[in-house]
Amino acid sequence: MNEKIVIIRYNAGNIKSVDFALRRFGVKAEISDDPEMIRMAGKVIFPGVGEASGTMEYLRQKGLDIVIKQLKQPVLGICLGMQLMCSYSEEGATDCLGIFDTEVLRFREGKIPHMGWNTLEGVKGDLYEKIKDGTYVYYVHSFYVPVNPDSTASSAYGPVFSASMQRDNFYATQYHPERSGSYGEIILKNFVYL
Amino acid sequence: MLAKRIIPCLDVLNGKVVKGVNFINLKEVGDPVEHGAFYSEQGADELVYLDITATHEKRKLLSALVQRIAGNINIPFTVGGGVNQIQDADALLSAGADKISVNSAAVMNPPLIDQIARSFGSQFLVVAIDAKNVNGKWVVHRNGGRIATDRELFEWASEVWMRGAGEILFTSMDHDGVKTGYACKELAMLSEALPIPVIASGGAGAPEHFLDAFTLGKADAALAASVFHYKEITIPELKKYLQQNKVSVRI
Repeated sequence: MNEKIVIIRYNAGNIKSVDFALRRFGVKAEISDDPEMIRMAGKVIFPGVGEASGTMEYLRQKGLDIVIKQLKQPVLGICLGMQLMCSYSEEGATDCLGIFDTEVLRFREGKIPHMGWNTLEGVKGDLYEKIKDGTYVYYVHSFYVPVNPDSTASSAYGPVFSASMQRDNFYATQYHPERSGSYGEIILKNFVYL
Repeated sequence: MLAKRIIPCLDVLNGKVVKGVNFINLKEVGDPVEHGAFYSEQGADELVYLDITATHEKRKLLSALVQRIAGNINIPFTVGGGVNQIQDADALLSAGADKISVNSAAVMNPPLIDQIARSFGSQFLVVAIDAKNVNGKWVVHRNGGRIATDRELFEWASEVWMRGAGEILFTSMDHDGVKTGYACKELAMLSEALPIPVIASGGAGAPEHFLDAFTLGKADAALAASVFHYKEITIPELKKYLQQNKVSVRI
């Protein structure tokens, strides 16, 4: 695999852990907020832990909102990255990138954040080669995306929600594949070697 | 379904894992990354590293160690024992820690909780509370349990949640090291009163104790050190036992 992988740098925590995860299977990524570098990448990863409205504001200031929406190569949004790819988030009541035509809602029951290992159900699509229903993945989030036509797997925590989505070249996981043990590594590899 | 978490705790001194009873007779037993990787392969759901180094070199050592852990371990880990100010939290986040745990510094300077939660998110912050029953009142202690404070467990737990803690790690000093089970009654009270996850700590000596912590104690996760270090209980056996007893665990 010769094509470059770029991890989008922005004002969100723990971007490094995705980089570390790729390195564990021998893939070296660039971490960058340079629009040109992102546009030229073979694949783009949009990770993140943080707050939606503040992060959207930051992306707009840097012009990265437009850049991300227009990408044609495979893009993987993780956790907040996935939520920001939706149309609107209740977190800070903000419009988001609108790649997925769905809202992001706050969990209203149970302990929040939804933190820990939960099972994937109804897995389908490219990310899940060699992954079966019932596989545990690691989540940390307080907001969720309802199940919708783009969902490629779901988990349940009170409501059943989108564990992952795909539309055209855009992939997204609510869970953290980079922290989900050996199965998470398979999922990341499935993306990297698409 | 969300699984109950099993969390081995590793004490770290000068960059090495140590074992000992109540921080006395500490013996160096190996490399933190290797120990963490072993537990991860065994099926641990998370790891907690508690750094007990008390020298000036500490911050630099810890940052380097956290980077090495983050680079090599593929499950979440929490780092505690080094966070006194927001800069410490920032350094650990940059090094790759998934969460940090704050104990004494939170008691002495409660606004630190708000600051860390606002800057890095609640999901990044575990507040650890050590408490012991003194004449019927659960008194919060600091500095590894050496100093009693004027805080009461349930009031303090509620305050740290309101200030933005994402999880509470409750250690009953009365149960710690005794291996007769966790403080299930107090755990259940905390778990029912608080809308954030509660981690049980102190008292694990047998698989039944973990089961009790999850059923009677309503804990979201259970932490233990010596039973795992000395291989009195192995994680695969423990998880099998919990599963047989209808506790949802990741196997």
